[in-house]
Amino acid sequence: MLTHIFMIFLAAVLTQNIALTYLLGMCPFIALSRSLKTASGMGFAVIFVVTLTVMINWPIYHLILVPLNAELIYYIVFIIVIAASVQLVEMIMEKFFPALQAAFGIFLPLITVNCTVLAVSLFMVLRDYTYVEAIIFGVGAAVGWVLAIVLVAAINEKLELVGDIPKGLRGPGIIMVIAGIIALAFLGFAGVVRV
Amino acid sequence: MTTIMDGIWRDHPIFSMLLGICSALAVSNRVENAIAMGVGVTFVLVGTAILIALLRNFIPQRIRMITYMLTIASFVIIVDKVLKAYFPVISESIGPYVGLIITNCIIMGRCEAFFIQNTLGQSLLDSLANGFGYTYTLVIIAIVREFLGFGTILNIPMMPESWTRWVVMAMAPGAFFVLSIFIWITRTLAGKDA
Repeated sequence: MLTHIFMIFLAAVLTQNIALTYLLGMCPFIALSRSLKTASGMGFAVIFVVTLTVMINWPIYHLILVPLNAELIYYIVFIIVIAASVQLVEMIMEKFFPALQAAFGIFLPLITVNCTVLAVSLFMVLRDYTYVEAIIFGVGAAVGWVLAIVLVAAINEKLELVGDIPKGLRGPGIIMVIAGIIALAFLGFAGVVRV
Repeated sequence: MTTIMDGIWRDHPIFSMLLGICSALAVSNRVENAIAMGVGVTFVLVGTAILIALLRNFIPQRIRMITYMLTIASFVIIVDKVLKAYFPVISESIGPYVGLIITNCIIMGRCEAFFIQNTLGQSLLDSLANGFGYTYTLVIIAIVREFLGFGTILNIPMMPESWTRWVVMAMAPGAFFVLSIFIWITRTLAGKDA
């Protein structure tokens, strides 16, 4: 049981990395990986929100939508839950943890349109995870996404110091080349874990 | 006329605004998937454009985001069901990415930037242009990737049996490389800075 859970976590972080294998969460990935600081700021906010929304969405889907035969509308329900919980987290932080709120800054509202969050909830339904498995998968997927964005941002920062990139390739182009190379490297993890 | 040109070239959603990258990368491994995704996104865009443009004077400023989301999500459900019913193979292979049309920033972006302030006719034109711009890009990328990755285009063999498949092109790294080359070319042509 414990090894199974561990395997799900490892697979979500390494072999089935949500950014580098499933290519999700790319818009903020391209926009924010220009500096290491913003990348890690966004990263922590994503881990937090993904875990929270999986914890809310699983009971809603399995305890309310399935008994009512209303699976049809789960897209709508999930996106509302995500938007609402982002809003809620923002309000709670503003009231009780103003320092943390200042650190997350503009990243929180942006998370609603980060496809990673919705994707984790959709995968959870698609793969029939139990509650514990779903939460572990959520944390793993978010950590994997952060790992990818931080790696790319760090390389990009160093590369900018050299600054010998063709004009048309600067910015998003070169970030995608870096991401491609890292994705190639992550293919090497295939075979480490199988789920 | 300028609306159309903006959508398919000058303010092209993928190359110049960098919106909707996730799906552009993820479903462009085969041409049929790219076409299905492109048509799906265009349908959702047009539907949302009609609804938002008609209702724009009734939507309260404060809750407009959630209104966009609900409208988009409803149309995405229609796309998902139609794909499942008539194209089960494609639906199987692009699975969760159909649901992720909801978070495709192109649609949200056009709602906020265009549909909410313009008449029905203009919005319709803009949504069609943007949808077309998105679709043709996806198809071009998919043609390159399917050709190199499988030696076929639309499942029709293009190369002799001895062709060595570039398996990596059909996987994630190939998507990154092909799209970055496309961005390089289009940005150089358009003379745009990062």
